[in-house]
Amino acid sequence: MDRLVLRTGGWFALALVAFAAMLAARDGGFAVHMGIVSLVALGLAIIAMRRADYAAVARGLLKMPADQGRYYDDVIRWGVIATVSWALAGFLAGLYIALQLAFPALNLGLEYTSFGRLRPLHTSAVIFAFGGNALIATSFYVVQRTCRARLFAPKLADFVFWGYQLFIVLAATGYLMGITEGKEYAEPEWYVDLWLTIVWVAYLVVFGGTIVKRSEPHIYVANWFYLAFILTIAMLHIVNNLSMPVSLLGSKSYAAFAGVQDALTQWWYGHNAVGFFLTAGFLAMMYYFVPKQAQRPVYSYRLSIIHFWSLIFLYIWAGPHHLHYTALPDWAQTLGMVFSIMLWMPSWGGMINGLMTLNGAWDKIRTDPIIRMMVMALAFYGMSTFEGPMMSVKAVNSLSHYTDWTIGHVHSGALGWNGMITFACLYYLAPRLWRRERLYSLRLVNWHFWLATVGIVLYAASMWVAGIMQGLMWREYGADGYLVYAFSEVVSAMWPMYLIRAAGGLLYLSGAIIMAWNIGRTIAGSPLRQEKPMHGASHDMAADKPLIARPA
Amino acid sequence: MASKFFNHGTLERNVSLLGIAALITVAIGGIVEIAPLFWIDNTIEKVEGMRPYTPLELAGRNIYIREGCYNCHSQMIRPFRDEVERYGHYSLAAESMYDHPFQWGSKRTGPDLARVGGRYSDEWHVQHLKDPRAVVPESIMPTYPFLAERDLKPGDMRADLKALTRVGVPYSDADISKANDDLAAQADPDADTTDLLKRYPKAQARDFDGDPSRLTEMDALVAYLQMIGTLVDVDAARPQESLPGQVAPKEDGR
Amino acid sequence: MSYDALRHFADSWGLVFMGATYGLLIGWHFLPHGRRHSHRAATMIFESESEATEAEHG
Repeated sequence: MDRLVLRTGGWFALALVAFAAMLAARDGGFAVHMGIVSLVALGLAIIAMRRADYAAVARGLLKMPADQGRYYDDVIRWGVIATVSWALAGFLAGLYIALQLAFPALNLGLEYTSFGRLRPLHTSAVIFAFGGNALIATSFYVVQRTCRARLFAPKLADFVFWGYQLFIVLAATGYLMGITEGKEYAEPEWYVDLWLTIVWVAYLVVFGGTIVKRSEPHIYVANWFYLAFILTIAMLHIVNNLSMPVSLLGSKSYAAFAGVQDALTQWWYGHNAVGFFLTAGFLAMMYYFVPKQAQRPVYSYRLSIIHFWSLIFLYIWAGPHHLHYTALPDWAQTLGMVFSIMLWMPSWGGMINGLMTLNGAWDKIRTDPIIRMMVMALAFYGMSTFEGPMMSVKAVNSLSHYTDWTIGHVHSGALGWNGMITFACLYYLAPRLWRRERLYSLRLVNWHFWLATVGIVLYAASMWVAGIMQGLMWREYGADGYLVYAFSEVVSAMWPMYLIRAAGGLLYLSGAIIMAWNIGRTIAGSPLRQEKPMHGASHDMAADKPLIARPA
Repeated sequence: MASKFFNHGTLERNVSLLGIAALITVAIGGIVEIAPLFWIDNTIEKVEGMRPYTPLELAGRNIYIREGCYNCHSQMIRPFRDEVERYGHYSLAAESMYDHPFQWGSKRTGPDLARVGGRYSDEWHVQHLKDPRAVVPESIMPTYPFLAERDLKPGDMRADLKALTRVGVPYSDADISKANDDLAAQADPDADTTDLLKRYPKAQARDFDGDPSRLTEMDALVAYLQMIGTLVDVDAARPQESLPGQVAPKEDGR
Repeated sequence: MSYDALRHFADSWGLVFMGATYGLLIGWHFLPHGRRHSHRAATMIFESESEATEAEHG
């Protein structure tokens, strides 16, 4: 009884504090955020008071199997659902802002729907909401299986998941209201940053704790990557978000660093958000799920050791390549360029390690649509990790910087590598977590694969053309020695490219909707879809011989 | 590697060692690259004319950040012939020394703004922000009509200036105590601005949004846009190689 | 340490050092020792579990 009073009282007190902060807030946005926190705490107080097991109700609704005591999987199931949902939200936001660039009327003249506010919403929704949930869910799955241990502190793991969702909601609503620190990919304001820090430390405790209590002496390579990802993101997040709030009851803060120092800190963060959030963490997924799905061990375990240390060492240096020819000192730019080029090697080492895992089982690309997705993810990883070092060469960068080429590069990595590998992992996880025989439909996976692939090709190709065109038009001189194009002429030249890009985004989103349907039916336990089996193309020994040219 | 001196297997079995080794490995790059920027003198060249933002400019800059202008506009001109001809003298590190946060940007969906100050009239800016396509038909910029309709309410600007002082911006005590008056005075054509202009050289004081009776968000944003890149006499800044107290290299090593 | 001095180092010994490191790492990768350890580590994720939580669906 005492415990109940304590818990209810605690939540209620928190709700009251947040309510008071809402009333005393210096600006409207902060008031809304405190209102959200207050409502959440109030809801938790009521749930605690009514003593009903709402979690069980939710588990029933979502058809989650009962906990068998070996692994704690509920939080991972929630993670799968969250990843799919945020994917839809993030891709939709992306499509919408892509259309805004082609049809500016879609900004609607409202502050809440203008490109400047929706673009951070899109980037955060796909990187932190979609990618972040995928990372948290898969890391909890992988660490339990490879350590053969139940998750350390399951309640804390629940807190990590739900706390992270609150972070996403606060960040996203903040962007719409214009609450931003004004640093790309680090837009959430100081109090949301503090909240994420708390959640992240809890994440490290759960993940590290599970490794500590493992019953398998060896720590599997996927866990190294997850660990490096968690630690490094903590370091980057804390340093880059150092700022001075104007008031403890207001959303506004001023960054601790200014000008050139702030710029390099930001891109040290920004580039390694790519390097550790979108690369190291997703490589961890690769090192577990690709071997599992292919049912073959990773190609070379020792290569993975080299891959790991060289990747994490080299990545962190590459930030200055975002600041070529700016007011950043030359020595820092050159250092950033050199390390970016060196980074090509570990990146391709990792790609080779993943691809060659299929050595001797290449036919699975034909028969298994999930493997096909993984292979495509690795192919895009290889492409963008070649493109990246190339664009970091100062001569190339002088053309590509500030153009849509950068946008195309980012998306070939994000849609191709992060998206595809995450979809593959979701398809792997859903039937296992809900104890289904297999996915609802493999044909739909195939559809998803092709829609996504064609979507990426349209996206990347149009942005390459757009970016190079933009770069060349900006610097074109006529015979008379004057610049040929006004800026506005370059803008109108982009229009067809923006349309093609939006079409690519639409295809990619359609694929994700199909995935949501497929995974939804799998979770619901629907009877398997009636469809022609995917494994029709069985091996025909007789036909397996070289073509011999015959005389006519 | 060699098992006598170091065995990687140890790291594969000890999560604390693995974590510490990984953290050290990732810390090195950042320390080597970022830390020197804070103590190498010639990172930021010495120039005449830089001063902190006036309260009105600061409020305008906060609107610039709030609306996410940095998503499409850079404020960093690179030293290329086409950029210098298109936008003006290349940007100097000193010009953003009071920018918390920096707004160099990474994308030019719209043109660079590092030297947009004084290039267009106030009326042009107001019209352009209300409806960009009214002045530039090809523009794809969102419309911001609400800026002109909304009173500027940045809260107590003294708190903002105080926060900036804490991170190293040299506002004087007078600047802080008069922040709210300064905010209103700079956009009020009837106000006495001699003191303001003495404390903030080159500040432009006038009604910016075409409606002298009101202080709107448009006033603040246009005041900010009209001052970007106007403080430093860039031609007077000398190349880094010949800064006093530095040994000039024999030849251009680059 | 001027730009020139650093640049000379980078173009000579620095380059040798990087090349050597690269060669060393590649060489180490093909060394035969520890092959069994690596194989055991790589196949660890396939070892069947006592409880049938995962294996039956794996």
